[in-house]
Amino acid sequence: MQTPAPFEYERAGSVDDALALLERHGPEARLVAGGHSLLPMMKLRLARPEVLVDINDLTDLSYIRVDGDTIAIGGMTRHAELLASPVLGEHYAIFHDAERVIADPVVRNRGTIGGSFCQADPSEDLAAVGSALRAEMVVRSTGGERTIPAREFHTGPYESVLEPAEILIEVRVPIRPGAGSAYEKVERRVGDWPIAAAGAFVTLDGDTVSDVGIGLTALGAPHFCAPDAEDALRGQDATDENLATAAGAAADACNPAADQRGPVDYKRHLARELTLRALRRSVARARGEAEGG
Amino acid sequence: MQVTMTVNGEEVTRDIEPRLLLVHFVRDHLGLTGTHWGCDTSNCGTCVVWMDGEPVKSCTVLAAMAAGRTIRTVEDLERDGELDPVQQGFMQCHGLQCGFCTPGMMMTARWLLDHDPDPTDDEIREAISGQFCRCTGYENVVQAIRWAAEHPDGLGEAAEPAAAADSAAAGDAVSEEVSA
Repeated sequence: MQTPAPFEYERAGSVDDALALLERHGPEARLVAGGHSLLPMMKLRLARPEVLVDINDLTDLSYIRVDGDTIAIGGMTRHAELLASPVLGEHYAIFHDAERVIADPVVRNRGTIGGSFCQADPSEDLAAVGSALRAEMVVRSTGGERTIPAREFHTGPYESVLEPAEILIEVRVPIRPGAGSAYEKVERRVGDWPIAAAGAFVTLDGDTVSDVGIGLTALGAPHFCAPDAEDALRGQDATDENLATAAGAAADACNPAADQRGPVDYKRHLARELTLRALRRSVARARGEAEGG
Repeated sequence: MQVTMTVNGEEVTRDIEPRLLLVHFVRDHLGLTGTHWGCDTSNCGTCVVWMDGEPVKSCTVLAAMAAGRTIRTVEDLERDGELDPVQQGFMQCHGLQCGFCTPGMMMTARWLLDHDPDPTDDEIREAISGQFCRCTGYENVVQAIRWAAEHPDGLGEAAEPAAAADSAAAGDAVSEEVSA
């Protein structure tokens, strides 16, 4: 039987309440949202928080709405809600592509976008989506709010810039009219973490790529992104040759580790191939072309 | 700590350790052993129960997190001595062999049919993609859920004799549907 080490349980009734509890209990307190990453780590004793602050009652942090030229997503929004959201489907198909392959439908009923980012798993799918889209994280403490670019949020495996008494309350994604986006993942079996995955968005001005974002996960890409690959493609025609050049640059930005999911060469191959597929689908979607198989 | 929650329509209160998992709470503290405890890693799905109307893997939910919420376990599928159509479907279509995955499968299936009364086979497979069955190869599980979709009222009054006759004649849902 897997049992977490003993801890004290607190339930927050509001964001202010959660922040007060974090302040009172100090750095050994952890927030728990869906719990589907934290609780397994606690069962394996890889995590041993002294206090768990349950924020599942903060339903006011569960929303997906258009806020001016931005899509605002509350930190407690669950994977199932992201997958079902017509707003995300309209603006960023990458979210639906990714959510379809995150865990399974029952787990998606619990896991949250805020928890996914804050857990900072080096194989997190949404981390690649956030980096590809250059999302921003709004975090709050008793001292006020600050906004952190997704590409500066993670500092390493299971580490982020979040302070112990801060809570991620909102993820903001800029709306880019006409953008096409996509997510491509290879996993060992349904619902598993990726062996490798890549996401992208593309905006076109005629046939020219006016802007592009590329995100990669499980591949050791710093901050889950590949800025050199984006620079190589921005301003170029959206030809398959140019997409392939960018995909090659994305693979070069990766530093995958060999593990039970595969050797380094295989993962680097996947980085290139999956980036290329994500770019191709993004371009096709930006052009409004019908989806192929 | 003391927790109070509603389980299968009944309010229950117990003293527990904060680290107690919901699956052990319903099995060991409430004696509801229909919910099975499997992989302990939120992969296999045999521990699925409903929390506030949604299927969750109870090995990855603390009982403390379920306090104040409404839990439904597999014991609550049967109503007034009559099995839920999903349970009847598993009987009709041999949707189980060893039976270990069955409670989780049925809880997820019931939720699916409540929200989509006529799912395609692909949608059924997607819905149960977070549940492992090591006996059936899933084919009979999918047929069982399809049977329940096609029989929203179950077998009705003829339940017992029909089930016995079907079983004895090795009849299955497919032939029954063709003749109907």
